Amino acid sequence: MRSLAAIGVFALLIALVPAMVDSGYLLNAIIMTLYAALLGQAWNILGGFGGLFSFGHAVFFGTGAYAMAVLQVNFGWNAWVALPAAMVLGGAVGGFIGALSFRYGLRGSYFALVTLAFAEVFRVLANTFQFTGAGVGLMVPLKESALNMQFGKTGFLYLILSFLIAAQLVAWWIRHSRFGAWLQAVRDNEESASALGVDVFRVKMLAIVMAGMLMACGGAFYVQYLHYIDPHLAFGASVSVQALMAAIVGGIGSVWGPLVGAAALQLLGELTRNLMGDAPGINLIVYGVVLVLMVNFMPRGIVGLATRWKR
Amino acid sequence: MLLEISSLRGGYKPIEVLRGITMHVDDGEIVAVLGSNGAGKSTLNNTVCGLFPAFGGEIRFEGRDITRARHTDIVAAGLIQVPEGRRVFPNLSVLENLRLGSYRRGRERREQNLEKIFALFPRLRERAEQRAGTLSGGEQQMLAIGRGLMGEPRLLILDEPSLGLSPLLVEEMFALIKRLNEDGLSILLVEQNVGQSLEIARRAYVIENGVLNFEGTPAELLANPQLKRAYLGI
Repeated sequence: MRSLAAIGVFALLIALVPAMVDSGYLLNAIIMTLYAALLGQAWNILGGFGGLFSFGHAVFFGTGAYAMAVLQVNFGWNAWVALPAAMVLGGAVGGFIGALSFRYGLRGSYFALVTLAFAEVFRVLANTFQFTGAGVGLMVPLKESALNMQFGKTGFLYLILSFLIAAQLVAWWIRHSRFGAWLQAVRDNEESASALGVDVFRVKMLAIVMAGMLMACGGAFYVQYLHYIDPHLAFGASVSVQALMAAIVGGIGSVWGPLVGAAALQLLGELTRNLMGDAPGINLIVYGVVLVLMVNFMPRGIVGLATRWKR
Repeated sequence: MLLEISSLRGGYKPIEVLRGITMHVDDGEIVAVLGSNGAGKSTLNNTVCGLFPAFGGEIRFEGRDITRARHTDIVAAGLIQVPEGRRVFPNLSVLENLRLGSYRRGRERREQNLEKIFALFPRLRERAEQRAGTLSGGEQQMLAIGRGLMGEPRLLILDEPSLGLSPLLVEEMFALIKRLNEDGLSILLVEQNVGQSLEIARRAYVIENGVLNFEGTPAELLANPQLKRAYLGI
């Protein structure tokens, strides 16, 4: 219950930010951090708690983003109606990929490759079809109003905060629920879990559907916040990397890991931008180095390090 | 009859490992299944538990046909396996590991059963909050058995419980299995440690190349010079 209270305290603290900060730069940095934490948590639910390392979470992200854009632009849906639809579609894509992969017991690098392949296929498809705007992408017209889910910086901060809190609650539930115990048991040892009567396939399916929904929610936010989506932004590898980086750097399989990781990476990003100027791609090199170092020396991430010190 | 297996065939498609096994376990018995590496002991286990599909034959548990039942239903019926090689969940705590044992069955009496397990294995109580991966080999085996007991098994299948334990711990393990049986638990013991198994078992089966080539009491097995030479090396 203390960890649940921590989520409440965190929500309160961030909710107070706009009252104290009015630098747009800083607000944007916080919004992007919370957004990265949401993607990280979506990865963490499958990869951290379920041990199923996805290398193509962009497939869910892009599905959510495109659903959000297409439904609004081509079908004239209201953004608040499009959001749940986008999430359901993200979950459905998760269920589809999950059913195919888990049916044949894919794990480890095989599962990672399948997810990567799906993200690439979706990218090619989005590049081809007219209703997704093909290579040009889709622009969501700027009509700032809460009714359209288009806000100023403060409004968007509250929006992403509420998405992230929902994700945190899901992670907290997984950490403490029966389903979560099953999922972690499947991660630690699939054979033993089956021997205890755990329905491994169903547990994994539920995890990937939840991950898909949360990731789609991140994609939907992206479209609302930046008003534009194209195949590379939606299904490119950088989104998948962003999601898994936050979780791995922060600490996989922990409730707070993705947020801690997202904050650390945001700081690192700002630092490299300031120190190295605008050399394009330098942040990707830094990301790569950080990832290698983390996996090698701190496999439990920053959160893991902190709990080790506590003991 | 608690467990009744008749002409069971199974394996890994397309390879047939079990080529017609017929055996049974009565209520309250310890039955040993012996055989060398690769004879099909673990395949038998996993087929009975519904983890591998049976190619043919029949498995009945408490009179019910479970040949094609899902493993989740088989556990719920009280046929519970403690898999080979101490497969605990290393990143979950000892307590969480034990609780996982009671999800399909025995949930109502979870706390009482937990107390029973802790009385049986006081070491586990001391380490309840510790991560299972940090336990010693013997403690992990205790945890694996404790986790199996949390589901209130009607029949407990132990797959090589002595594997990788020190000689002293092996003694303790067999003493424990005997005690569990004396408290009324039926046990199917799948082992390579023939000597110890025969000391506690009421009956034994010997599998070779997927077929039974002996069934009877330990005394009969020991009286058969051929088997004695082949399996006991004496």
